[in-house]
This record gives sequence, C-alpha cells and structure tokens, in this order.
Amino acid sequence: MALSVSKHGQLIDIENISFSFGNTKVLVDVTFSISSGDFLAIIGPNGSGKTTLIRIILGLLKPSHGKICIMGKTVGEFRDWHEIGYVPQKATHIDTLFPVSVKEVVEMGLVSSKVFPKIKKRDEEQLIMRALKYVGMQGYINQRIGNLSGGQQQRIFIARAIVNHPHILFLDEPTTGVDAEMQERFYDMLNDLNKKEGITIVLITHDIGILNKHVSQVACLNQRLVYHGTHKEFCNSGVFKEMLADGHHVITHKH
Amino acid sequence: MEAFFSYGFLQRAVVAGIFVAIACALLGVFLILRRDAMIGHGLAHVTFAGVAIGLLLHVLPLLTALAVAVLTALMIVKLKEKAGIYGDTAIAIFSSVGFALGILIISLARGFNVDLFGYLFGDILAISVSEVWLSIALAVVVVIIIIVNYHKFLFMTFDRETAKASGVKVERLDIILTILTAITVVLGMKVVGILLVSALIVIPSASGLQIASNFKYATIVSAIIAVSSVVLGLFASVYFDFPASGSIVVISFTLFLLIFAVKQLRK
Repeated sequence: MALSVSKHGQLIDIENISFSFGNTKVLVDVTFSISSGDFLAIIGPNGSGKTTLIRIILGLLKPSHGKICIMGKTVGEFRDWHEIGYVPQKATHIDTLFPVSVKEVVEMGLVSSKVFPKIKKRDEEQLIMRALKYVGMQGYINQRIGNLSGGQQQRIFIARAIVNHPHILFLDEPTTGVDAEMQERFYDMLNDLNKKEGITIVLITHDIGILNKHVSQVACLNQRLVYHGTHKEFCNSGVFKEMLADGHHVITHKH
Repeated sequence: MEAFFSYGFLQRAVVAGIFVAIACALLGVFLILRRDAMIGHGLAHVTFAGVAIGLLLHVLPLLTALAVAVLTALMIVKLKEKAGIYGDTAIAIFSSVGFALGILIISLARGFNVDLFGYLFGDILAISVSEVWLSIALAVVVVIIIIVNYHKFLFMTFDRETAKASGVKVERLDIILTILTAITVVLGMKVVGILLVSALIVIPSASGLQIASNFKYATIVSAIIAVSSVVLGLFASVYFDFPASGSIVVISFTLFLLIFAVKQLRK
C-alpha cells in the first residue's frame, strides 16, 4: 500500500496543540511535523507534556486547542490505526495473573487491522511468528506473559506493535526497568526497524545518551516546543547544554 | 440415568441450563479480569424489581427483568463515565435501590410471594417451554456476540489504553459487555435464582482462570466447569431431592476447590 502523507508531505502534522488538565497547562501551542522514515526522540523534563502529546496524537486525549493530522487526516477522520504501533509507558506493569500467552498478546496487534477478519489463520500465524522472530522471542510463543522478565515482556509488546508492520511506531519510555545490556540490544532493534524495515520511530525518552547513536530528529518539550531539529544540531545547541547543566542524567552507550 | 432424561421438565432444565452456563462462563472470565465480578451480583438485585413489576403487571417476568436489568446496566456505565465514580460504588447504589424498589412493589400488590420465591432462589425444574426457547435464544445471542468480539474484548481487558489507541471502540464495547451481563444475569436468574446468579458467572470462570495457561483455554475450561456444575447439580437435585440452585452452586464451588487443591499439590 502506498504511504499517505499530508499536503505538506508529512506523516504527522502537529498544529498549535495546547492541552490543560483543569487549570494546569500541560502543552502550549506546540507545532511540528514528523516525516516518514524519521527516528524522532521526544525529550524533556518530567511533566513537560511528552506523554500527553503522544496520547493526543493517538486520539486518547482531546486537545483544548489545535489539531493533529495523521497521513493527511485529522485524528477523528483517521481510520487506518493498523498503520500505527504503540508501546505505552507502563506496558510492562501488567497483571501477572492474567492468563494470556505471548501468542495471544501479539495477536492483539492484529485487531486494529481492517483486514483482520479476512486474514487466514495460517497468515496470521506467520505474521505473529515473524514479529516474534524480529524481537528474538519466537521460542516463547506459548509462554504466559506474566512468567517473563520485564525486558522480555517489553519485546513482546514491541512485537505486538509491529505485527501489522505499521508505518509509525510510538514508544513511551520503553527501556524503563530494563537493564543496561538489554537497553543496548533494544535500541539496536529499534534502529533495525527504522533503517531496514522503514518504520518511522517516535520515542519518548529521558535517555539523551542515545541521541548520538540512532536518532535522526529531536523534539524537546517543556510545555512549549523548546527545540525541533536534527540530533547533530541539537547536541551543539544551547538547549542541550542547558539540559546537561540542569543535571539531566546522561547514559552512555557502547558504539 | 435413563429416568433422569425421560422427564420433559428435566430435559428442558438441562438444555436451558447448559446454554445459560456457557454464556455465564464466557462472560465471567472477562468480568473477573476487568475487576467487575460483582456487577452480576448488583444487576441480579436489580432484576428483583423487574420481576416484581412483571408479576404485578401480569407480564412474563423474564421480559420485565430483562428490560430493567439492561436499563440499569446502561445507567451504571453512564454513572461511572459522567459522575466519575468507581464502578463498584455505582453497582452498590443501583443494586440497593433496585432491591428496595422490588420490596416496595411487592408491598403494593400482595399475593405473588410464592412466585417471587421461585425467582429469588431459582426454579429451573419448573421452566416452561417458552422460557426454554427464550433462554436458548438469548444465550446464543450472548455467546455469538462474545465470539465475534472476542479479540477486542480480550485486548481491552488486558490493555485498555493500547486497545483504544489501536482503534478499538472501548466505550462502545463497555456498553455491549454490560448489556450482555444484564441479559446473562436474567437468564441465570431462572437457573439458580437472583440471590445466587453471580455465583454461576463467577465461580466456574474463577476455576478456569486458576489453571489456564492462556486465555482461550481459560474460557473453554470455564465453560466446561459451568456446564458440569449445572448438569451435576440437576442430577443431585433430582436424586437427592435437593434444591437445584443450591446444588448447582455448591457443586461449582466443589469443582473450584478441587482445582485449587490440584494446583497447590502440583506446586
């Protein structure tokens, strides 16, 4: 299927988005675009509105002002949700007593596809196995998800998010609670998804140490959009230096 | 055993009971995992008012109970959504008010206490042919809707936010699931009675969830346990002259304990 984009040639247009919880302003007049093939990191301090922005893009929250266009359509008009994968912030905070197998969790990702009822059982199995192989979890297909470690669970949620081979993958702090070694492998996997599979990645992270390694674009939020541009420009910018001066924890990665 | 199936009333009870048991079990696994196990209990209390209205107006109580239960189910969903109160609080409010209304209606029209007794404690052995067909039809509708929406119900039960972000209409499905619960409660009311109907929804499903390695297996095992409880309960009721409702619930609890014991021994 041909990739749809907006009239500006962008995958996602965020236009003048503002959002408040009661009297508390969370986002103020945020405008930027996400292009096809980007590996975008959204960074910013706690409470800067990163998760809120993602939730607005996904239609989970309604903005108090502004609009979002996904592939040229407003969130209300957009129907191709199978083109979008999402791994939420607390994905691994699951009910460990919930009797659901790895296969069933990945299969959930196919629900969003319009073609789901038409997918033959055999094709469905192949899609699930392909996604699990991608995250290196094919040997766990019949395991109960509650029996897996946090890092393994996170890989299963990635598999669920990519089982439809989406155009865009949103991840909200996906490495929280994952050990350093696993984090390296995790970011390598995201890089492969971006470079080899052509999936646009939008990653919320506090880990600004990864910016040099994989990320092509950076959006820095602090209620307003403080910065949006390439990672190279960002690393030389005053915003980055200010963040370091403010005591942002930088995690280094092997290269 | 031959004699067991030679009576028309028993055949009707078994057939209706099996269908209702399957609907209860399939719904039960979702309700338990949604932390909504008590909604069956709450709606059952509300159906008491519905039954009283039916008896007062000389309309089939199953129908009036169904109307009241569905209406209340929708009000519970709206109250949770609009008033921002916890689900169990909404259920507690409506179950108490429903039961209170039932008592008031009874006091208005004395003389049907005996009929009401059958709805409170279940009277499946006295189920009529028309009630059997109505029960089967409704149970089949419930089961078909659950099967058609199975993957969506599972997704939103397991991870509501991601399901919603994937285009699953969770609010609409909440309403559907609550209406299905109301229908199932009314069906179960005839089998085990208003006071025990939530047991038929919760206990077999809780048993299935104990031993299941995956969700599909949990629903199948729960349905098998629910059907076994109804059939064995009716068997015990006829041969030992026990009340059917009590026998069904005690047997389902016995199966729950057996599964629990086997699970503990395997550890």
